[in-house]
Amino acid sequence: MGESDYSFSLTTFSPSGKLTQIEYALNAVAAGATSLGIKASNGIVLATEKRMSSALMDETTLQKVALVTENVGMVYSGMGPDSRVLIRKARKNAQTYYQTYRESIPVSQVVRQIASVMQEYTQSGGVRPFGVSLLVAGYDYEGPHLYQVDPSGSYFAWKASAIGKNMVNAKTFLEKRYSDDIELEDAIHTSILTLKEGFEGQVTANNIELGVVGDDKVFRVLSAAEIKDYLGEVE
Amino acid sequence: MSGDGCVAIASDTRLGQQYQTIAMDVPRMFKMHDRLFLGLTGLYTDTQTLYNLFKFKLSMYKMREGREISPETFANLVSSTLYEKRFGPYFTEPIVVGLDKDNKPYLCGMDLLGALACEPDFVTLGTSTEMLLGACETFYRENMNEDQLFEVVSQTLMMATDRDCLSGWGGVVHIISKEGITTKTIKTRQD
Repeated sequence: MGESDYSFSLTTFSPSGKLTQIEYALNAVAAGATSLGIKASNGIVLATEKRMSSALMDETTLQKVALVTENVGMVYSGMGPDSRVLIRKARKNAQTYYQTYRESIPVSQVVRQIASVMQEYTQSGGVRPFGVSLLVAGYDYEGPHLYQVDPSGSYFAWKASAIGKNMVNAKTFLEKRYSDDIELEDAIHTSILTLKEGFEGQVTANNIELGVVGDDKVFRVLSAAEIKDYLGEVE
Repeated sequence: MSGDGCVAIASDTRLGQQYQTIAMDVPRMFKMHDRLFLGLTGLYTDTQTLYNLFKFKLSMYKMREGREISPETFANLVSSTLYEKRFGPYFTEPIVVGLDKDNKPYLCGMDLLGALACEPDFVTLGTSTEMLLGACETFYRENMNEDQLFEVVSQTLMMATDRDCLSGWGGVVHIISKEGITTKTIKTRQD
């Protein structure tokens, strides 16, 4: 007797074939701060807004763009605590891969593993799906890759994508702005402009965050000073 | 042993327990894919077990990542697999030999715990490793073509195994080049 009697899966198909829990998880993502990613010819940029529930909070301590391995980084929209679980698992998987092969993990493998974790949480007992969508960016032996992973565990590669509150408008904006031969520097400018589109209030170096990986295969979270410079360039 | 855009792996074909010869037609080299070979000297049951294990691991790798493993990555996989059994090891010493994506030869030997010893020219392992090493040092030349490489490897193998009562009874040489794999059997003394 005990918990086991009730620990069957709570994600159950509705008669129309939908999984309502996953729909709700996507709603949680759609309520979260906007994040976006753009794949350039020579790298990738991830950008996100850092929305604070109160002006009294110290926004400099919040970091939304996280490093998985040296050459792979990711950003989330949705529930911050849920994202940390996924980041921890992704990092651990990446290190395990490196320990066995002495070779850094390809982006596709990071994504596959994160996605399978997210899938498990839609079918296991006693858990709920993750309330986050992720944008995973990295540069490996095949070149730059940008992936989006959703709470259902499905994932796709994108040229540019957006998740979170303003995703619809941001995607329309990106569709207009994107070209296949865009360079990384241009992509960074475009990402800032896209964030500005749906931003409530003034964009500053402290309320957005940028992560960049170029053909040096090193993923870097930009400092406030660097973001300030880029903000100056797009004025 | 490495050549110019080609690489060779060779072994004798005797299987024995101490001084008792059990079989004379047992090579210990396995093709892992078109440009990669694994040699496993030592306890034959572990040789077979490990070959099956790596065949399985490589099939999974290929399906998962949609590409063939590179020789260097494979050597690291072998190494970490062996070290997982640090306190109850497989009694076998592997050699990994292959061509990388630029047709550069890669060769690496390791001990039973997986300590890697990668060399640009030649690697020897097994009961006649000292004799092989001496012969290799004498006959090895840089940038040999396929035919020269075959000649040097076969002569080296024959000379060294003739000096070792636990080796011999025939030999096999595989040459990997960008055109493909050439396999030749060599006759040696049968006593």
